[in-house]
Amino acid sequence: MATISIRDIRKSYGKTEVIHGVSLDVADGEFIVIVGPSGCGKSTLLRMVAGLERISGGTIDIGGRVVNDLEPRERDIAMVFQNYALYPHMSVFDNMAYGLKIAGKSKDEIRQRVDQAAAMLQLEPFLDRKPRALSGGQRQRVAMGRALVRNPSVFLFDEPLSNLDAKLRVQMRLEIKQMQRSVGTTALYVTHDQVEAMTLADRLVVMNAGIAEQIDTPMAVYERPATRFVAGFIGSPAMNILKGSVSGSDFALEGGGKLALGVEPVETGRPLLFGVRPEHLQVATAENAALSLSVTAVETLGADTLAHGTLSGANGAGGELIARLPGSAQIAPGDTLPLTIQDGMTHLFDAETGQRV
Amino acid sequence: MEKRVTFDNRLLPYLLLTPQLAVTIVFFFWPAGQALYQSLLLPDPFGLGARFVWFSNFEYLFNDRYYLQSFFTTAIFTFFVTLVSMSVALLFAVMADQVIKGAGAYKTLLIWPYAVAPAVAGVMWLFMFQPSIGVIAFYMKAVGIDWNPVLDGGQAMTLVILAAAWKQISYNFLFFLAGLQAIPKSLIEAAAIDGAGKWHRFRTIVFPLLSPTTFFLLVVNIVYAFFETFGIIHTMTAGGPGQSTTILVYKVYSDGFVGQDLGSSAAQSVVLMVVVGILTVIQFRYIERRVHY
Repeated sequence: MATISIRDIRKSYGKTEVIHGVSLDVADGEFIVIVGPSGCGKSTLLRMVAGLERISGGTIDIGGRVVNDLEPRERDIAMVFQNYALYPHMSVFDNMAYGLKIAGKSKDEIRQRVDQAAAMLQLEPFLDRKPRALSGGQRQRVAMGRALVRNPSVFLFDEPLSNLDAKLRVQMRLEIKQMQRSVGTTALYVTHDQVEAMTLADRLVVMNAGIAEQIDTPMAVYERPATRFVAGFIGSPAMNILKGSVSGSDFALEGGGKLALGVEPVETGRPLLFGVRPEHLQVATAENAALSLSVTAVETLGADTLAHGTLSGANGAGGELIARLPGSAQIAPGDTLPLTIQDGMTHLFDAETGQRV
Repeated sequence: MEKRVTFDNRLLPYLLLTPQLAVTIVFFFWPAGQALYQSLLLPDPFGLGARFVWFSNFEYLFNDRYYLQSFFTTAIFTFFVTLVSMSVALLFAVMADQVIKGAGAYKTLLIWPYAVAPAVAGVMWLFMFQPSIGVIAFYMKAVGIDWNPVLDGGQAMTLVILAAAWKQISYNFLFFLAGLQAIPKSLIEAAAIDGAGKWHRFRTIVFPLLSPTTFFLLVVNIVYAFFETFGIIHTMTAGGPGQSTTILVYKVYSDGFVGQDLGSSAAQSVVLMVVVGILTVIQFRYIERRVHY
């Protein structure tokens, strides 16, 4: 078990810098999820912690020891790969015992530790099998078992669930969380899936284009996204973003409409982005509607109904919008919906920098 | 499900097969049958007639000290050609796999020797190591090595092994490189994180995963050393000095066409046919199964 401290870490390939100075402090036993779109540098960041990529600048410190120039094996870490990376010519037992054998543990200790991990992951019946005779979920468990038996200071997960089907993914997600809780080992977990990120993380690192846009708890990231990118990336469907500027206590939309600001007014006239999540829009009566949506498409998901449309009506046109309504809502394309915004559920971002205002 | 093609005309399928069958029969079965038949005959010295002698050619052959010696020579030759060419090729492949800059040029250069004809390769090595005019032989003598493959059977053997192995390195290199590149990077990385050093990773992960390639090359190299090194031996030593580099294939030629003992030569071909048969069976039976992980 250990803390991790990442200081202004940078990575360049030749002259192109792909990670532009990320800093992060991970407490002992914390589960950190690094999330972002593909190509944002999240895997590279993880691989630098693992020692599989050279660090171009900054320092990484694991358990109070700067590991920049240490080989992966000297860093006391274990990693679970996206394609599992099981040794195909070895049995499940040998796969899990590989690291222990190298560490020179006694036969009895190896047996005992592997058996313990196998019991925890329900792998006992498969110990003699080769990886190719296992299902995807079982392979994933073996990969976790291999990390577990070594009892490392840090677990690293590189999109471990992306090769599994949706149902298994939900199940394995829970298992990973439980496993990490029970052993209490610090974990860094990379994913592009925001549901995985939200459910697993003690704290989230939202990355975009080589920059950590926000580092905070999942709820804080959801409730107070630090940038326009985070606002659009976390939450599904994505947050509605409308262009405009503040005028008095209203937000004047580019298309001519006006919305109640709902937050402390800021300087007038500055170009801003107004954000509201689809789930924070509610159907209202025509008199007290803040905006009206002329519905162009409806998606029924069962529990929810998504109404896509454009702003219209008395408040003028202003852009496209999605509202997430209860599944019982009876809506059809062509309807005009009067909507209100839940109190305090609006977000303002600077139009240029994308920073939260 | 395999899709089956049916013909309305009963003769058409046979007609379509005829060219292939004709080639096979004329160029493979006929000569093989001729060799089988010849091995049972004892022709007279002028080639005017032949006597049917049943298996006495074989009987004679297996009592011939020189023939048994040739088996031994072939075994030594094959073992070392295979060992040298495969291990050097593996070393090159492992190194080339790590090259990033100029990898293409590096690989191309390593593949070149494969394009050299066996006889040319033989002559080239002969020139370099020829005791009186060879460049390398000159320096070997200068440092005090008593180098004379024209007289010393062991040295002659070393020389043909080197030349034959050199020629095969490119081929093995290509396959080893392809094999190495087919191993997922993440496996190596996982092993590195598990604490394995470079050599340990190679021994426990890379080499076992290369085993299908290795086994395939083993069979190919044995067949190569057995049957395709005639040109090299012919140009370099002509089987000599004495019989020290006369491998089985070379003996078929020298007994038959130089010694004019066609009956014995044919019998030797039949023995070789059996050897090829065994190698083929091994190749087919095990190459797909045993070595796969």
